[in-house]
Order: sequence, then C-alpha cells, then structure tokens
Amino acid sequence: MIAQILSATQTVIIGVAACILYFWGTNWVLDRLMGGATASVANESRRAAIRPWVFLAPALFFLSLYLVYPVFATLWLSFFDAGGDEFVGFSNFLWALGDPNFQQSVFNNLLWLIVVPSFATAFGLVIAVMADKLWWGNIAKSLIFMPMAISFIGASVIWKFVYDYRSGDSEQIGILNAIVQGMGFEPQVWIQIPFWNNFFLMAILVWIQTGFAMVILSAALRGIPEETLEAARIDGANDVQIFFNIMIPQIFPTILVVWTTITILVLKVFDIVLAMTNGQWDTQVLANLMFDWMVRGVDFGRSSTIALVIMIAVLPIMIWNIRQANKEQGTR
Amino acid sequence: MRMDMSRFLTHALLLLMVVLWTLPTVGLLVSSIRDKDQLSVTGWWSALTTTERTDQGRTDAADAQVQENGQYVISGDLFDGDAAGRQIQFFGVTNSTYNDNAAGSTITLKNGSNLTVNADGGYRWVSAEPFETTRGQRVLYIAETPPRFTLENYAEVLESEGIGRSFINSFTVTIPATIIPILIAAFAAYALAWMQFPGRSVLVAVVVGLLVVPLQMSLIPILRLYNGVMPLFGAESKSYLGIWLAHTGFGLPLAIYLLRNYMASLPKEIMESARMDGASHFNIFTTMVLPLSFPALASFAIFQFLWVWNDLLVATVFLGNNDRQLVLTGRLRELIGSRGDNWEILTSGAFISIIVPLVVFFALQRYFVRGLLAGSVKGG
Repeated sequence: MIAQILSATQTVIIGVAACILYFWGTNWVLDRLMGGATASVANESRRAAIRPWVFLAPALFFLSLYLVYPVFATLWLSFFDAGGDEFVGFSNFLWALGDPNFQQSVFNNLLWLIVVPSFATAFGLVIAVMADKLWWGNIAKSLIFMPMAISFIGASVIWKFVYDYRSGDSEQIGILNAIVQGMGFEPQVWIQIPFWNNFFLMAILVWIQTGFAMVILSAALRGIPEETLEAARIDGANDVQIFFNIMIPQIFPTILVVWTTITILVLKVFDIVLAMTNGQWDTQVLANLMFDWMVRGVDFGRSSTIALVIMIAVLPIMIWNIRQANKEQGTR
Repeated sequence: MRMDMSRFLTHALLLLMVVLWTLPTVGLLVSSIRDKDQLSVTGWWSALTTTERTDQGRTDAADAQVQENGQYVISGDLFDGDAAGRQIQFFGVTNSTYNDNAAGSTITLKNGSNLTVNADGGYRWVSAEPFETTRGQRVLYIAETPPRFTLENYAEVLESEGIGRSFINSFTVTIPATIIPILIAAFAAYALAWMQFPGRSVLVAVVVGLLVVPLQMSLIPILRLYNGVMPLFGAESKSYLGIWLAHTGFGLPLAIYLLRNYMASLPKEIMESARMDGASHFNIFTTMVLPLSFPALASFAIFQFLWVWNDLLVATVFLGNNDRQLVLTGRLRELIGSRGDNWEILTSGAFISIIVPLVVFFALQRYFVRGLLAGSVKGG
C-alpha cells in the first residue's frame, strides 16, 4: 500500500517534470539552435511557424491516440468477429437488428432521451426561477445541486434504498413503499415492474442532472435585462406570463444547450442500469448492452457495433456544437 | 393579498423540491450510523423513536444453580449485561405465550419451576428440585428498544469489506489523472487562443467535436492496444499507468476547451504590449497567462477530479478486479451484488465513496459552477 502511494506520487512528479522538461526544452532548442541572438527575419518567421505545434504536440498525441484513432478502430472492428480477427461484413449489424435485447435497448433509450432531458430541464428551470426570488434561494440551489457530485453508482445505492421492498408483513424500510403503504396501497417491487421500472431508473438521472440545468439556466436568467422584465410588469403581465412570454424566449438558446448536454449524457450513462437491474425486467439500454458484450460477452465485434450506434446518435449534436463554435469564433 | 399567496406558494414549492432532493441522501446517511439490527427492521425515519422488538435469550444452565432456603435458584441477566437501554415488556417460554406475561410477573413452567423476569432483563428461576438442564431455558420477550447509533458499520466496511483499501486505490487513480492533463492542456489552449497558424480553427472545431465523443467508442481499441503493447514493456495490461494515461486522453478535450475559452477572453492589450517589449510566447505563457488562468485551471481540476473519482466504466475496463486495483465505485458495485440485503454495509460503503466528492464540491462550488457555465457543451 505504501509502495502504491509512493508510485502514485512518483507518477505525479515524473509526469509534471516530463511536461516541464518537454516545454522548456523544446523552447530552448527552438531559441538556440535556430538563429540564437542574431536572429534573421527568415529564422524568426520559421520559429513562429513551428512554435504552435510544439505547444500542441503532447495534446495532439493524446487526443489522436485516445479519441481519434479509437473512433476509426471501433468503426473498423464493427465489421469483424468477436476476437477482431475475421471480417464478417455487416453481420454484426444484422445481428443487432434482429436481437430482442438490442431492440429493447433502443426503445428504452428513446424513452430515456425523451424523459430525462425534459424533466431535468423543466425542474431546473422552475427551481432557478423560484430560487432567485427567495432569500434562502442560494441554500436551496446548493442542496439541489449536490447530487451532481455523487457518482452514478453511489446514487444507485441511495435510490435502491428508497425503492427497497420487504415482502410479507414486515415493516417497509424503503421510504417509497412506506409512503405508499401509509396511503393505503400495496407496496411494490418498483424496479421489477416492466416498462414502468424504466421511469424509476430515469428518476435517478433526473435527480442528478436537475442541479446542472438549474445552475446554467439560473445564470442565463440573470442575464435577462432588468428593463425588459420591468417593462412587462408595467404592461400588467403576471408572473406566469412573464415566465412563458419573456423568460423562456430570452434564454431559449441556453435551454437548448442544457437539453443537448443532458441528451449526450443520457446516451452514455450505463452505471445506473448496471447497478439497479443490470438490464433485467426490460430495462436494458445501449450503453449497458455495449458494456455487457464487451466485459462479459467478450465480443468486440458486437460491442463495437453497439458503440457505433451510440456514436451515430450523438453525431447530430456534435455537428450542431461544432457549427455553434465556429459561429462564435467568427464573431470574435 | 394575491401577492402574499403566490409568495407563500413559491416558498412551499421550493421547500418541497429541496426536501425531495435531499431526503434520499439523508436517508442513506442516517441509516449508515444506525444499529444494523434496527436498520433492517424499521425505516430510517423512525431512527429516533423507541421500538418494540421481539427477541430471545437463554438462562444459565444447571451448573450455575445455588441453594437458597432449601430451593434451587438460577439467576442472572437475559441481556448478559448488555441491555443498551432495552426494557422488557412481556416474556414467556413458548411462541404462543410470550406476549401474555408482563415483566415482573412469575410464570410456572411445565416441570413445576417458577420463572420471574424483570424489565431490566434480570431473571430468577426457582425450583424445589435440583436443576439438571445443560442448555438453560430459552426465554422469548418483547422489549422496548431505544434508538442506537454507532460507527460499527463504518469500521466493518473499512476493514473487512475492503472499502478502506479501495479508498486508497481511488486516490491513486485520481490524483495523477487530474494533474497531468492540466499542463498539457494549458499549453495547447494557449496556442489555440493566442498563436496564429494555419489549421487553427479546424483544430478548435475538432476539440469541440471530441468533447461529445462517447467513451464507449474508445474502450475496445485502447483495451486491445494495452493488451498488445503493455507486455512488450514487461507491464501488466491492466495497470495504474494505463488508466492514468487513458483519463488524461479522455479529459483533454474539456480541459483544452475550457482553458482556451478562458485564455481567449484575457485582455488583448496586455499580450500585445508584452510582445512589443520582446517577450516570447513561452515567457508570456508562463509568467502571465498561466497565473491569470488560475480560476479556469481550478475549474477543470475539480471537474476532472469528480469525474475520475466517480468513474466506473474506465476503471472497470482498464483496471483489474483484484484488491490492489479495485476502486471505490467498482467495490460498491461488487457489494451491491454480493451484499445486496445488508443495508448497513451498502449505506456506509456508499457514504464513504461520496464523502470526498461532496467535500470537494461544497468547498469549491464557486469554481465548479464557473467551469460548468464555461463548458456546458460537454455532457458529464
């Protein structure tokens, strides 16, 4: 254990030292070996051409190795068999289309994509509007924001406890069933009721992401000019009208950003499903199906195919983001 | 009047939201410090109330008997000195009669002996004949049990369930994986913000695109790469080095994006006058831009720390399942599978795994929020 702590510390030191050495060293080489003190104009411009790439090189190396290359490798692997050795054409894709688990996952993912971003954004917006009006709003926001810091697996334990079910006459120790029983209904095994159990899993992600939506939207709301709101009030608009006719249109671009950000997250989250049901009782989603085929099925072809489907789902948002970023750059 | 009503409604609604959002976590925390026997039978919201519980004890056997006034007596304490505030209400020796006899009364057993049990657990078993029993008499009782809070659950998960070791492992993964990307990203961000070169806008677009690439795309190729390359250097394919580098790669797009946006917003005049004075890019970067960018560096560091600490996917794929390498999230997942009904273990284990991010979060919330606002293009 001591050795492990030492080796981690050592890595930090070596890593930081290597970075410093690289940047300082390349800078020195660039300054000394190419012209030195008697720098000619030609040398100076050559240096100016090289220097950005020296600054960028380590980052480009990591980005290419860990993100760019894998995208193409995964695309490639999706046309190969389980071990990645034999070309199998489109058979992984055909398998996916016919696989009931895959179909179930696509269906559930669509549900998640509709429910989680809408509820998280709506809750976040309503809370942001309310909290900005009250003196204890900041405390409220802090508390609602808190789940953002909790891991999906930790959140799953928290909610598993909320949904806990005791059979027979024993007292319910899960708060949901205790409430349901207190109101005179039968306690349920919530995570085992097909179709509806999906919503109990989604609630966990909504619980986590509402804080995110709230923080971003709250900042956007503060950006609405006070005169605009004042003018609306003078014209006799009430709170509800101001909310729908002034606030929402004003911050609509931000709502879109929040929506798409949560959408991407939804496509990637597998931990919640893994911990709560592991895809049983019709709750499978693509990210967990991919994980299952990679770790337990050890079928790289099929899991690559599923990963590719997730990637394709993300693609429109990616393109939209890039266009947004380019627009911003143009105006700068 | 109508204003007051809507104001009251706002208070009430927000309070309801706050309660809904905090209650699950409060339940976890309260449960984790409850006595494990109480935790498994009553809801955590009743943690402060005294409960009535049925339990059983056993008297001493014949070898403890003494002779008093020509009678044989066995006496002692059903709680064995560990009453913990419990008060016996009713007792009995058979399943059908144990809720008939109030504490303090005397009942006659089948063999003619008399048994008295007091509320404090003390009993007195009297017989005219010498006792011969070798196991003692089983006594069932209903006792009022006061709430009991303890740190035993934490001691148990830290030691015997391996959470303690995983805590160290999580730190081992997180610290280097947080620090290394920062420097690399800072230099790249500076180049993208303040240097002129062909292809710059393309690179920025690529970084923005990479922000949203699902990790699922990276796992298999990198896993295959590690399996192929690591043995060449005599290393295991699942190693800390592997996961440090992987997290560095996965964290870079956000780091570059955040830092570039921040650096690009620094005042142009300072840069230009420094350039006029003959300062090189390298000097400007190290002496001016880096110190000025501290808020953005802190934002990213918090992000990366939380994301790496809370990550399960990358750790499961690139680290082994053994004691030396299993991180907290992985351990928790294992406990859900193996100890799914032992809520004292799950709640305390989960709390240990979320306490570090919670502390970081509440202490540095300002930087965290700033980072969120700057980088909200990325999910997770």
